[in-house]
Amino acid sequence: MAEIRVQHLRKAFGDFVAVQDSNFVVEDGEFFVMLGPSGCGKTTTLRMIAGLELPTGGQILLGGDDVTMLRARERDIAFVFQLFALYPHMNVRKNIGFPLLAQGMPSAEIRERVEETAKLLRIDHLLNKSVSGLAGGDRQRVALGRAIVRRPKCFLMDEPLGTLDTEFRDLMVHELRELHNRIHATTVYVTHDQMEAMSMADKIAVMNHGVIEQFGTPREIYDRPATMFVADFIGSPPMNFLGFGGGLNKGAKEIVVQGAKVAVPEVREDIAPTDMALGIRPEHIRFDDTSKLRGAIYGTEYLGTTQIVAVETADGIIKARVPAEIRLSTGDHVGLTLSSARLSLFEKGSGRAVRTAVHDAASERRAQHG
Amino acid sequence: MSLTTAHSVVAPSANSKRIAGAIIIAYALISIVPLLWIFATSFKTPPDSIAYPPKLLFQPSLEGYCNLFTTRTRQTPEYINSLGPATDFCDETTRKRNMVIAGPSNFLPRFVNSLIIAFGSTFCAVFLGTLSAYGFSRFKVPLADDLLFFILSTRMMPPIAVAIPIYLMYRELGLSDTALGMILLYTAVNVSLAVWLLKGFIDEIPREYEEAAMIDGYTRLQAFWRTVLPQATTGIAATAIFCLIFAWNEYAFAALLTSGTAQTAPPFIPTIIGEGGQDWPAVAAGTTIFLVPILVFTILLRKQLLRGITFGAVRK
Repeated sequence: MAEIRVQHLRKAFGDFVAVQDSNFVVEDGEFFVMLGPSGCGKTTTLRMIAGLELPTGGQILLGGDDVTMLRARERDIAFVFQLFALYPHMNVRKNIGFPLLAQGMPSAEIRERVEETAKLLRIDHLLNKSVSGLAGGDRQRVALGRAIVRRPKCFLMDEPLGTLDTEFRDLMVHELRELHNRIHATTVYVTHDQMEAMSMADKIAVMNHGVIEQFGTPREIYDRPATMFVADFIGSPPMNFLGFGGGLNKGAKEIVVQGAKVAVPEVREDIAPTDMALGIRPEHIRFDDTSKLRGAIYGTEYLGTTQIVAVETADGIIKARVPAEIRLSTGDHVGLTLSSARLSLFEKGSGRAVRTAVHDAASERRAQHG
Repeated sequence: MSLTTAHSVVAPSANSKRIAGAIIIAYALISIVPLLWIFATSFKTPPDSIAYPPKLLFQPSLEGYCNLFTTRTRQTPEYINSLGPATDFCDETTRKRNMVIAGPSNFLPRFVNSLIIAFGSTFCAVFLGTLSAYGFSRFKVPLADDLLFFILSTRMMPPIAVAIPIYLMYRELGLSDTALGMILLYTAVNVSLAVWLLKGFIDEIPREYEEAAMIDGYTRLQAFWRTVLPQATTGIAATAIFCLIFAWNEYAFAALLTSGTAQTAPPFIPTIIGEGGQDWPAVAAGTTIFLVPILVFTILLRKQLLRGITFGAVRK
């Protein structure tokens, strides 16, 4: 296993820039997820790490070696494709053993390694079956088996759960994470599904338009989104934004939104007057009739333990996650209280998050633990 | 219209099935009657074959096949009587017509020529076609669209339109009346069809297969050989049949460019007429034998052929 270091990686297809100046380090044994909407450059980045595309600029280091311009077969990596790419003319055993055959391994040893891998994935009973008759989950396991059997430097996975049913997908998310915990393989996993990313990743990079918007642990990304895009992309329903004007001074602890005063985490930088946005996670909103921040109930989605309530405010609809017991009917006027310690502030123009006490507290915690 | 008879949108109704069946039977009859007539004629005696009204029931005879494979000379009955007893069936039938067998005819070597040229050119066209189709399908070929159009454009006129230049070129190059020349010619005609057909098939094979193989330690050529080719067999088989049918049946070029050693069966068979009268049973026998290889080949690969005709129509 090895660490992956990506430096100033860039890829252009003609005039279209798919990846601009990407920098990140995947540490040895880490499960790293690249998350973003389709067309954001995450798959292109993965294919460059694999050697299926050559970068326009930048460097890729694999375990300290520069592999930027090496052929895919010279990199010692394994790739799991979205469509699995199982060879239909071979049975499960041959599919899993295919990479070993390329290395010229003796057939007895191939047999042993394939069976060992199949046991690990609990597909040893399928070894002599044809791959075309397999169920989605088993195909997925065979594809994983073909990757694991090589014991490569790292695993690259391109939306490997994208074609599975929801039911199978949840199962495979657990299985993949469990497998990772057992073999501790450096893994780069590409997905557009935030639930997959949040539940599996050690580190996540959120990409948009070829740029990594934020790189961090799932918790950092959820609690302290670096940009409005990340805040909007992560979370279901996503973060709400309420606009407000004017600048901020270092040390400010209160802002005015729609005529109501809202306490916010202490601001740690000066911001010149501009359009700003207050970011609120749906679960950080409570109904409180004394609040000056008001709106009318627009609709509700009942989810069993909680409900998502859409509230129409002067600045558009915001969604709140509140206990299911609260009885509400459309058109009711409600007051909204926000959990001050969990709020985010953004510059609307650049989308950048304003540095607040939340960030400083996190870096202090890191410094203490580190 | 009662609601109890569930009406399916896709399943054909009983009536349309009957009509479709009738059309197919009618078409099958129209296509198969001439073939049956040829087959029957090949087993008639020459007098039976030109009898009027035509004989549907007759005493089968192998005389046509004897005549196809031999050349005969007319002799006086005295001379024939002076020979020893007839050695085999052909000898005997020939003598009844006051003739003796002079030697083997050219049919067998012509038939072998046909096999060599048709299968040889099919192999070349499919081989070149597969490689080019793979290239066009997977790589960024400069001017790919123009090149593909150029390749297709070679099919836009009947090949025989260039017969005279090709005749002159072949005479200069010494390729006239050679198997090599015919293989080159049929390959050139078929390769455009092969490239286009196979590109369709290879486009349908996801690139992930080769990419997976290349990541797993194979070179591109190995990946092509081990993952793309096995999945393209259907397309390759379909293409091979189309190429073979063309090369096997081709008459005009063969008649123009081959006359002796490299002559194929199609221009040879009609020349049977004229050697000792209108020997329809021998012509029919030649045609029947000529049909066998393509018939066997097509029956063996009929599934692929069907898929070749409808290729690209249905996405998997």
